[in-house]
Amino acid sequence: MVEFSGWDMPVQYPAGTVNEHVRTRTYAGLFDVSHMGEIDVRGRDAIAFVNRVTSNDAGRLVDGQAQYSALTTPEGTVIDDLLVYRFAEDRLLLVVNAGTTEKDWDWIGSHRGKVNAELRNSSAEYCQLALQGPGALGILQKLTDVPLAEIKYYHFREGEVDAVPAIVSRTGYTGEDGFEVYAASETAEQLWNKILDAGNFGSDDGVLPCGLAARNTLRLEAGMCLYGHEIDETTTLLEANLGWICKLSKSEFIGRDRLLKQKEEGVKRKLIGFEVTDSGIARDGQDVLIDARRVGQVTSGSPAPYLKRNIGMAYVPVEFAIEGREIEIDVRGRLVSARVVSMPFYKRKK
Amino acid sequence: MANVPENLHYSKDHEWVRVEGDTAVIGITDHAQDQLGDVVYVELPKSSDEFAANDSFGSVESVKAVSEIFTPVTGSVTAVNESLADEPEKVNKDPYGDGWMIKIRMSKPGEVDSLLTAAEYEDFTKAESE
Repeated sequence: MVEFSGWDMPVQYPAGTVNEHVRTRTYAGLFDVSHMGEIDVRGRDAIAFVNRVTSNDAGRLVDGQAQYSALTTPEGTVIDDLLVYRFAEDRLLLVVNAGTTEKDWDWIGSHRGKVNAELRNSSAEYCQLALQGPGALGILQKLTDVPLAEIKYYHFREGEVDAVPAIVSRTGYTGEDGFEVYAASETAEQLWNKILDAGNFGSDDGVLPCGLAARNTLRLEAGMCLYGHEIDETTTLLEANLGWICKLSKSEFIGRDRLLKQKEEGVKRKLIGFEVTDSGIARDGQDVLIDARRVGQVTSGSPAPYLKRNIGMAYVPVEFAIEGREIEIDVRGRLVSARVVSMPFYKRKK
Repeated sequence: MANVPENLHYSKDHEWVRVEGDTAVIGITDHAQDQLGDVVYVELPKSSDEFAANDSFGSVESVKAVSEIFTPVTGSVTAVNESLADEPEKVNKDPYGDGWMIKIRMSKPGEVDSLLTAAEYEDFTKAESE
């Protein structure tokens, strides 16, 4: 167990990170992500308000739809990345990172002004379980009447799971198909155990409970950003390849002007994916060298248990952000060769 | 409960030493591999490299973490377990057997006497986890 943003969380369960990771790709993995924060936004101006503090366009959401977005600073850097759920025109739910919930809450509150939108930090009321992998739908369907196959990617339904009122969302952080289930926090244990049972946990090829380490390696293979690593208050969304969640032509939002300017002028550095071509494993924080010059740092580096390669992400000057470019990583004093590759590293077969 | 064979010597850095004449066979303990999780990479020295006791001679990496490995004894490397390059999981499966890491010809054989016995090492890991 490790302390994680005020929560005691397992790094791995007895099966171990590699098994947890691979099982999620081949069948299903279950993650207790109840640490995530939830902020309710209700009122006539809910959408207008969320649109003012986030970079994606909440105005494009329909009821029952979710979107990936970011809270931005006036500099276009990132306060947090989040999911915005639309229940109704006057009711949204923001799902934010655990370590940033308080900061987000303060930031959002400080920009509320006089709009008609009531904010509530409801993080403690929800548990969140993520069931991910090609077997996720079949497992979860055993416990609910909600027609899961009808829920499109990045959409959700309200219903019951094992007779517990829940939000069932077809979202995730692994690069697999799967669902995230939100319910009252006191139902976490019941749902956890029922989902493990429904997925034949304990049999040779059943669902596996997964810890923080597998959550990290799965999202890395899928080329997804982790707050505090690829994105933070020193990186802009455009540098992190998140231009697709910057709707610069929507109404005014915090940081838009700077992002517009950066888009016109072009970014100076860019997030790249790389694959180590020597033997060795790149790790977070190690220097990236190009032509013997230190030009950037690894933001996430790890073995990729499914791909069986050593991969990572790093910021480099934009002129080097070219697929196939040879780079070097300073692995504890030893220079290890690597190559810029396209992301995601892993893409599931549809 | 981690396996701690009686016939080995142990360091507080969680290495074990098996004495075979003037040679020390070195690896990491069952407790250490369990704490690390799936070992995915082992970096070892070359034969004939010289080390003093408590020098770092390589590293062992799991998916999540890197740990240095230290030699409990002084001497020169006579063999390294090359098979760990392709099968690092041997460190998890058989830490005292196929998962051995290096052999060192000891220049100060008396050093093993200051290492922990199996019983002492067991107490040490218990105290450490409290």
